[in-house]
Amino acid sequence: MFAFEAATSSPGNPWLNIAIFGAFVAVTMVIVFRASRNNKTAADYYAAGRSFTGGQNGSAIAGDYLSAASFLGIVGAIALNGYDGFLYSIGFLVAWLVALLLVAELLRNTGKFTMADVLSFRLKQRPVRIAAATTTLVVCFFYLLAQMAGAGGLVSLLLGVGDQVGQAVVITVVGALMILYVLVGGMKGTTWVQIIKAVLLIAGAGVMTIWVLALNGFDFSALLDKAVAVAENPAILDPGLKYGVSEVSKIDFVSLGLALVLGTAALPHVLMRFYTVPTAKEARKSVVWAIWLIGIFYVFTLVLGYGAAALVGPAVIAAAPGGPNSAAPLLAFSLGGPVLLGLISAIAFATILAVVAGLTITAAASFAHDIYASVVKKGKPEPGAEVKVARRTVVIIGVVAIIGGIGANGQNVAFLVALAFAVAASANLPTIVYSLFWKGFTTKGALWSMYGGLISAIVLIIFSPVVSGSETSMLKTEAIDFAIFPLSNPGIVSIPLAFLLGWIVSKLDKTVESPEKQAEMEVRSLTGLGAEKAVSH
Amino acid sequence: MGNEALRADVDLSHVDYPAVQQSPEFQELRRTHRSFVFPVLTACLVWYFAYVLLAVYAVDFMSTRVFGSVNVAMLLGLAQVVTTFAVTMWYVHYANKQLDPRSEKIRTEIESGDFETEGAVR
Repeated sequence: MFAFEAATSSPGNPWLNIAIFGAFVAVTMVIVFRASRNNKTAADYYAAGRSFTGGQNGSAIAGDYLSAASFLGIVGAIALNGYDGFLYSIGFLVAWLVALLLVAELLRNTGKFTMADVLSFRLKQRPVRIAAATTTLVVCFFYLLAQMAGAGGLVSLLLGVGDQVGQAVVITVVGALMILYVLVGGMKGTTWVQIIKAVLLIAGAGVMTIWVLALNGFDFSALLDKAVAVAENPAILDPGLKYGVSEVSKIDFVSLGLALVLGTAALPHVLMRFYTVPTAKEARKSVVWAIWLIGIFYVFTLVLGYGAAALVGPAVIAAAPGGPNSAAPLLAFSLGGPVLLGLISAIAFATILAVVAGLTITAAASFAHDIYASVVKKGKPEPGAEVKVARRTVVIIGVVAIIGGIGANGQNVAFLVALAFAVAASANLPTIVYSLFWKGFTTKGALWSMYGGLISAIVLIIFSPVVSGSETSMLKTEAIDFAIFPLSNPGIVSIPLAFLLGWIVSKLDKTVESPEKQAEMEVRSLTGLGAEKAVSH
Repeated sequence: MGNEALRADVDLSHVDYPAVQQSPEFQELRRTHRSFVFPVLTACLVWYFAYVLLAVYAVDFMSTRVFGSVNVAMLLGLAQVVTTFAVTMWYVHYANKQLDPRSEKIRTEIESGDFETEGAVR
């Protein structure tokens, strides 16, 4: 009954929520200032001097990866749609094997700061760099919008700020804080925010998981029974509640599964984290840490999702401000009252802040390093100019994110994140894999694959049901309908297409890429010869 | 970090990468790497898509109760988590035992200038 009262108005005490979040900001700010005192070179600013250990970087990866969409979104999806929500968790986790086995170490050995460093290593610098920077910026932008839009929705629930103006103010505050962290702290500061957030998030979810299980005598089956009884629907335990309704929705789910599992290893902000460690071996260790942390967290989401269904109830969650995203906070409230709600809310805000900071520094690094230093200044920028440009880009991206976030407020967050995964898997993954493992890959192949993947993914999204044709689409009306592509995730078409384009165009291309460069890349990627070193201060 | 500092001083501009690439030692490292990551990753992806397809097209099977209210779908989902952890640890073990010693040997030999391929370091 406690929880039911909570759902009708804003639960808990907004001032307590703000105070706990303020404490998080104060503590992390001090750490960021202390950590970033000797940010001097580009390697300091973009790659934290390559000085983090595998464990630290692994925690930061988990902090970067477990976005608000994973925490609030998946718990809410399981609470409302039952088992289908858990399928997201599995895709997000298994995806890390691609990163571990194919990408992490080889990328650390061959690159410097950005994804484009690796993709343009043995191909023609200018066109490939511009293409890679373009896909990086597009992916970061969609991911960023999703996080900023999520912040608005969260506010309405947690702080009791219901009106659009109030939410816009909060989005602006979140954006301004993020700019400050990234401007001052660079990659070092961003990494520490992510580490602290990962520890808090996983600890918070762990405590709630044990609490939920303890209330049910540590009998998971009993928890499931209770969830079924409250939901009055035994189908929440089985797959198919959301994606099994039609043949199209089934294919749509397979498409989503493909994008999830292949997208992670192509997300620029994830790839950039591998440069913050001194060696490839530490990059491997960081992925191992990340896999353990992320895997354990996703198992928690299963308990928390059904826990929310059992203790709060799907009807209450669906009616609450924030909808499915409110499942985890409402569960916290029903377990531990206003204090636990305040803690979980602060963690959710910290989550958005940390992920947004990671995306911003990735986008800024890509612009300053790939476009400004390598293309505009032809690899010879004046000393210090590159970092100066990166810092200015951070402010610009921050402002764009704030404006975009206010505009996207109320949009479907999961759609934007899934779009980012699909675009990353289509535009980046084929070129990453081909340039690391296939000698016959050419510049033309890379350009066709990257632009083909990027454009096909975005065009298919524009003509999909997520943009037009229904009340729940982006345009929010049935009157405008140009949804001629039936799936809401383009992955099943655009990912194979991008792989195919890269392969066919390279085969038809008569130019031969420098075999010396290919030899150098292969030798360096596997041996770590000449890899970028840690900065010693 | 001692090795890192040393490596910074090595001049690699004269390394003959194509010769290193053709050397038997490097070819063996390359084979050792590929013969693990390609088949293992393929198997993991097949196993993942089998799970996804079962969840979408074999709902009745996935809904079979195993004990209490716990069904096949939940056990297979947890099995995905377990295999992900297992493959991770397997790869780390393999990399430590099979890949690192080989790559380290080639790297230190080139850096110290006595890599055994004619013209590898000119």
